[in-house]
Amino acid sequence: MTTHPTPGPTLDFSSERGEKPAPERADLLGGAGPSEFGSFDAHHPPAQELLDDCVHCGFCLPTCPTYALWGEEMDSPRGRIYLMEMAEKGEIPLEGSFTTHIDRCLGCMACVTACPSGVQYDRLLEATRPQIERNVPRSRSDRWFREAIFALFPYKRRLRAASLGGALYQRLRPKSMDKLLARVPERFGRLVAMESLLPPVSVRDAFRRMPERTPGIGPRRGRVGLLTGCVQDVFFHPVNEATARVLAAEGWDVIAPREQACCGALGLHAGREAEAIERAKKLIAVFERAQVDTIATNVAGCGSSMKEYGELLADDPEWAERAAAFAAKVRDISEVVDETLADARARRHPIEARVVYHDACHLGHAQKIRSEPRRVLRAIPGVELLELPEAEICCGSAGIYNMLQPQAASDLGHRKAGNIRGTGADLLVTANPGCLLQIRKYLGADLPMLHPIQLVDASIRGVRPPEMG
Amino acid sequence: MPERTMEAPHGGTGNDAPGAATPPVAVGPELARAFRDVLPADLVITDEVGRRSYECDGLTGFRQIPALVVLPRDADEVAACVRVCARHGVPFVARGAGTGLSGGAMPVADGVVISLQKLRRILEIDVENRRAVLEPGVYNLEISKAAAPYGLYYAPDPSSQQVCTIGGNVAENSGGAHCLKYGFTTNHVLEMEVVLADGSVVTLGGPTGEQAGPDLRGLFIGSEGTLGICTKVTVRLLQTPETVRTVLADFPSIEAAGDTVGDIVDAAIIPAAVEMMDSLSMEASEAATGAGLTVDAPAALIIELDGPADEVEAEFSHLTAICERHGATRMHVPAEAEERQKVWKGRKAAFAAVGRISPDYIVQDGVVPRTRLAEVLTRIAEMGRDAGLRVANVFHAGDGNLHPLVLYSEAAGEHDAAEKLSTDIAELCVELGGSLSGEHGIGTDKACSMPRMFSSDDLAVMHRVRHAFDPDDRCNPGKVFPTPRLCGERPGPYRPHPLEEAGVIERL
Repeated sequence: MTTHPTPGPTLDFSSERGEKPAPERADLLGGAGPSEFGSFDAHHPPAQELLDDCVHCGFCLPTCPTYALWGEEMDSPRGRIYLMEMAEKGEIPLEGSFTTHIDRCLGCMACVTACPSGVQYDRLLEATRPQIERNVPRSRSDRWFREAIFALFPYKRRLRAASLGGALYQRLRPKSMDKLLARVPERFGRLVAMESLLPPVSVRDAFRRMPERTPGIGPRRGRVGLLTGCVQDVFFHPVNEATARVLAAEGWDVIAPREQACCGALGLHAGREAEAIERAKKLIAVFERAQVDTIATNVAGCGSSMKEYGELLADDPEWAERAAAFAAKVRDISEVVDETLADARARRHPIEARVVYHDACHLGHAQKIRSEPRRVLRAIPGVELLELPEAEICCGSAGIYNMLQPQAASDLGHRKAGNIRGTGADLLVTANPGCLLQIRKYLGADLPMLHPIQLVDASIRGVRPPEMG
Repeated sequence: MPERTMEAPHGGTGNDAPGAATPPVAVGPELARAFRDVLPADLVITDEVGRRSYECDGLTGFRQIPALVVLPRDADEVAACVRVCARHGVPFVARGAGTGLSGGAMPVADGVVISLQKLRRILEIDVENRRAVLEPGVYNLEISKAAAPYGLYYAPDPSSQQVCTIGGNVAENSGGAHCLKYGFTTNHVLEMEVVLADGSVVTLGGPTGEQAGPDLRGLFIGSEGTLGICTKVTVRLLQTPETVRTVLADFPSIEAAGDTVGDIVDAAIIPAAVEMMDSLSMEASEAATGAGLTVDAPAALIIELDGPADEVEAEFSHLTAICERHGATRMHVPAEAEERQKVWKGRKAAFAAVGRISPDYIVQDGVVPRTRLAEVLTRIAEMGRDAGLRVANVFHAGDGNLHPLVLYSEAAGEHDAAEKLSTDIAELCVELGGSLSGEHGIGTDKACSMPRMFSSDDLAVMHRVRHAFDPDDRCNPGKVFPTPRLCGERPGPYRPHPLEEAGVIERL
């Protein structure tokens, strides 16, 4: 007789530890028995061939934010892929530990950059999150909190209304509020996190609208459709204005359709697939009517999801082709401006500044756009571009992550702020409103922060960049 | 991820000494409670999903679910955890980043995994004395990054240096591309703080590298976690070389590349690194990194010289002349540091990148005398042909350290043939006067091949040394040393015995 070590009944210590014995497989699947997809349902489970790409080499570990924080295998990319594989085999249920560790993933895709084997963790995660949203019941408070986020952020009007309240709150907020909040029980940590992310609200900016058409200056390069975004348009409206000015100065007609709504990025990255699909269809239709050559966005997260519309709608015969055509036109603003650098029309005036550029994960890792924004910034005379240590590690913003996982987000925020301070820069630029909100929270008023396009805009107009006094 | 059909080839009791009679230990709630007395509760992992996440390291063919995983945060907590293990008579396995390729960090059944991933502080960079004091979980590359502002660096550079930890490097005596000139981990570690099996803490070596008495530091380095856990390491830092020049040279045949290596060494040039890649490994690596490798060249050498500018210049022209003499078809000399790093990335990503051209593969690690490089490569190619499997080669040619990659498809049922071919290659190295392992270690993977290289007397002596440190086989048992059970059972997918199928016997 030989010993067959795993998996065997002799190794199950759960009962000895007073834990509930592992239920039989059939129980986990609600009596359905092991399905072809294990614990996943049949709607696009993580594909076996994508899981097979991972060879467990571990090259992803150092760039994973949660692994950097905790050093636990389950909260690393290869660990999460291992869990997906176990779930795919039906060895573990989705509910419980699996969901905890997938929820803790920021979706920053640093692992995709680091992986030498070409594992498409982005696709694995995007297949896994909707499985959880469909099949794992969330606690009432978790559900409520998530619904609240998705009832607010993708809606400009609601955000504007909220900005009124926010501005009022900021005026009236007593100094003692910080002390008060510090005493709030941990279970309300998410609300406290949300409060502290609130940017300095300018009601005037929040209610400003982009003109539908900004004509290009000089010979025209073409028509660019501008995604104005939700949070971007309400809390960072000057970024949209700067974007339109730069594009126009370089000879593009800028079309910013009034009827455009949220691109669905927040929902897509959180596994709310059905919602993301509806938003994608609406946005595609809007920009089809606008008849533009290029669709530009100044938000990394939006660009990343809009470039994936083709995959998102691939199953829908009516939309698949339209989605692919839309996705092919999507460019980050830095890509658009970079392409015009060779024959730039607008003269850049010097800005003497030591500038540190923070790669937003959805730009650097997800869209692999790293050199374009740097070239665009270097084209400004006087700008000294500094590199950030641990540049590949997420700042902790990650869409709605800093509201859902405040502790991890806070640890990452402090870490990023420390690295930024260490560079001795005069200015931080980054191409994502989420990153700006997050970094501002941890860096405080130490350093002016801008979207790169605002710096380009200031250079073209020959004015001091906003916030730099 | 490759199918993990192969089960750990040894049993659940964690005894490795032949005939040793450690009874199976009961792992119960008391053990978890004992750990929770010394660690915060969330750093003691008992749930199945968590434990299974640690069931293998970089070698996924061998798996074993540990009873518990603990994540101490400093040396004191590591020692406290080891004392808990000692008190309960439970074996433990120290684990760094879990990137090892010989199953050295595979857990022991009923045992504890002590992860050192929370010990990541760089405690000191002593610029004046060119030393760094590190916790074991510091990534290898982080040491050089931290030392760079002072014009210093840490020389051993395993291909996984961005993720492998100094603690794991100590356990495996890791090398890397540049160990031809600069030596292995053992040549760069001055002093270590070590927790022994009974939980006592000792210091091996000394801050200056000078030491009276036997070299226990040297003994510990490369012992693969069988003597204790290192919790603090003092390493030597070197001055960043004045000049570095690298050439990527393509050759019309593996033999021509092999002969070039021989001639370079004969010419008394000591390059910092001489790496060879064959066309298969270049194909994979190029796809992953776009490093500029010529994918249809049969072989390429990456040769790097470093040192004072004049010396490097003189040697470099000599070197390129040697390459030309052997029919080099292309010589690419990266102009800038950035471009040079790209070439190195192409080399260092090769192992992992092979995942792009084969669903499954085994990374082998063996050493042959440099003079027999061409011979061993020809033999490997023949063996691959006979087995019907492709073998990619990427290796440290300068010191004869081979890394054949045996490509196979688990789905096509080629696993056993691949495993056998891989073992045969390692044993071929021994036959040719070389060694079973250059730098990846023996671990679980090669324990059965140890008698090919060492006599029973050799092994008995090793056992006695090990037992002097760890009399009860608590530290990483089942690794390195062959055991009758380990080797009696052929590693491979679980196959039911006919009697078992008939319900006459059952496996326990």
